Amino acid sequence: MASASQGNSATAAETARQTRMSERTPATTPTEVSVRFEISNLDFYYGAKQAVFGLNLKIPKNKITSLIGPSGCGKSTFLRTLNRMNETIRNTRVRGQILLDGQDILEMDVVALRRRVGMVFQRPNPFPKSIYDNVAYGLRINGYRGRLPDLVEHSLKRAALWDEVKNSLHKSAFALSGGQQQRLCIARALAVDPEVLLLDEPCSALDPVTTAKIEELMFHLKDSCTLAIVTHNMQQAARASDFTAFMLDGKLIEHNETSKLFTTPQDPRTEAYITGRFG
Amino acid sequence: MSTTSTTFDRAAPPGSRLRAFLGRLRQGDEVAHVITLIFAVSILVITSLLVYKLWVSSHLSRAQFGWNFFWTTTWDPIFDKFGALPFIYGTLVTSVISLIIAVPLGLAAAIFLAELAPRKLSDSIAFLIDLLAAVPSVIYGLLGIFVVVPLMRTVIGPALKATLGDLPIFGGPNYGVGFLTSGIVLAIMVVPFIISVSREVLLTVPRDQREAALSLGATRWEATWQVVVPWARSGIMGSIFLALARALGETMAVTMVIGNNPKISASLFAPGYTIAAVIANEFTEATGDLYLSSLIELGLVLFLMTFLLNGLARLLIIATGRGGGRPS
Repeated sequence: MASASQGNSATAAETARQTRMSERTPATTPTEVSVRFEISNLDFYYGAKQAVFGLNLKIPKNKITSLIGPSGCGKSTFLRTLNRMNETIRNTRVRGQILLDGQDILEMDVVALRRRVGMVFQRPNPFPKSIYDNVAYGLRINGYRGRLPDLVEHSLKRAALWDEVKNSLHKSAFALSGGQQQRLCIARALAVDPEVLLLDEPCSALDPVTTAKIEELMFHLKDSCTLAIVTHNMQQAARASDFTAFMLDGKLIEHNETSKLFTTPQDPRTEAYITGRFG
Repeated sequence: MSTTSTTFDRAAPPGSRLRAFLGRLRQGDEVAHVITLIFAVSILVITSLLVYKLWVSSHLSRAQFGWNFFWTTTWDPIFDKFGALPFIYGTLVTSVISLIIAVPLGLAAAIFLAELAPRKLSDSIAFLIDLLAAVPSVIYGLLGIFVVVPLMRTVIGPALKATLGDLPIFGGPNYGVGFLTSGIVLAIMVVPFIISVSREVLLTVPRDQREAALSLGATRWEATWQVVVPWARSGIMGSIFLALARALGETMAVTMVIGNNPKISASLFAPGYTIAAVIANEFTEATGDLYLSSLIELGLVLFLMTFLLNGLARLLIIATGRGGGRPS
């Protein structure tokens, strides 16, 4: 019951926010806000098969950018190039330029890059450790000096999970529900204080109430973090993001403010997709 | 399938129960159930028969020596005095040496094959390793006699004596055959089991576990050692216990290189004897009834040791798996 009312208030918050967004005039375009990621002419290959074609995109700072498109359009692949996670897959190749705050990430030390660009995965994937150790993991490997318990608490609070787990920090993370596990994974990613958080369909395995919680959480995280989220769910993109990019067959078709993209799409293919004619 | 038929049974009047059973019989469900049950039960039957036979046939020896069998060190067929301790000692020492050598080696190789090697290389090496596991033990015994024993005499032994010779375990004369040589040959024999099983287990670790660690800024080694290996822990331990079971019971290769001398010595260079080796060597020559009975009791002891060590292994897996264990 309690969680249901939270869900309602989350939805109310979203509605209020959307109203605010649509009232905002004149609208800023992607180029006017400061840019965190600047991607130019990005090609990506799995072996001989090309998955991303000449993609150009700017991901603005402290905003939520969502990537939508039908299955297999390359949106997850694209997201995973941003922290070079695709390098763990054998026989892949990337071409083009990705600038993070003006620095080419392909030239950066990959470990340092991933500390700055966190990631949350489609399926909750906590480690087989306690809740506390899950959150502390990133801090420990990064040689964090300081009060670990304070930072764990802070991260769990940022992920809106603290109240539910503060009395069971040393229980196994697998004892949590799916939604709690996903928020734990968010807390784990936030603990190392990343500048960017990539979310790869974080809600696809979760129920609507939990999804609303995570969307509300994302909204609060914008103040400290840039977020990029891949989603199958167009309502989610419309509700929860500031900018939306539509991809099809490995190409970026359209990128705009969310309210504009969903109300006045420029490209007929975008319009066909968002009105549900395919995908 | 089975749940539906159960609810159906409960709802149906008693007369139709038989018909339902016959129906399932015709469909083959019940037949498959009975056949697989028989096969499963046969394992229990064989094990019980084995223990029963060993117990009954060792009656003479048990009556004569009682518990003293376990801790007397004399093995003298001429005066009919039999004690198992040197054999228990030899079996344990050679097995422990083999694990000390084989576990790090096997685990490291498995990690390399599963995590670092290109998939094609990994698969072809894994194929060779499975072949190694199937080589008859007498061949390993020959390898022991022609390679390990001379190496022991000329290289390994002198090197150990020069560096760690002050330790009692490396004291005494070095004949080339003995506990250490057997341990090394056993290690060569069991390492394929550890590599093969551990590699398979490591390959089943979900990729999102590894990616979770990497995405937090873990290096490849940190992700492997802190996340992938712990996830595979119980499977890796399983492979080690499989190796231990093989080492405890190995007969042919050990008897070819251990020196076959029922003595307890602190030195690992000294010749010794193991339970399996003495049974194989002396069974056909056992003239007296007590002699034969004692050898059979040794078999019972070996069975018990294997049983106990496997039980302990299970407990160890359960005990260390508590607190944040993955769902199994």
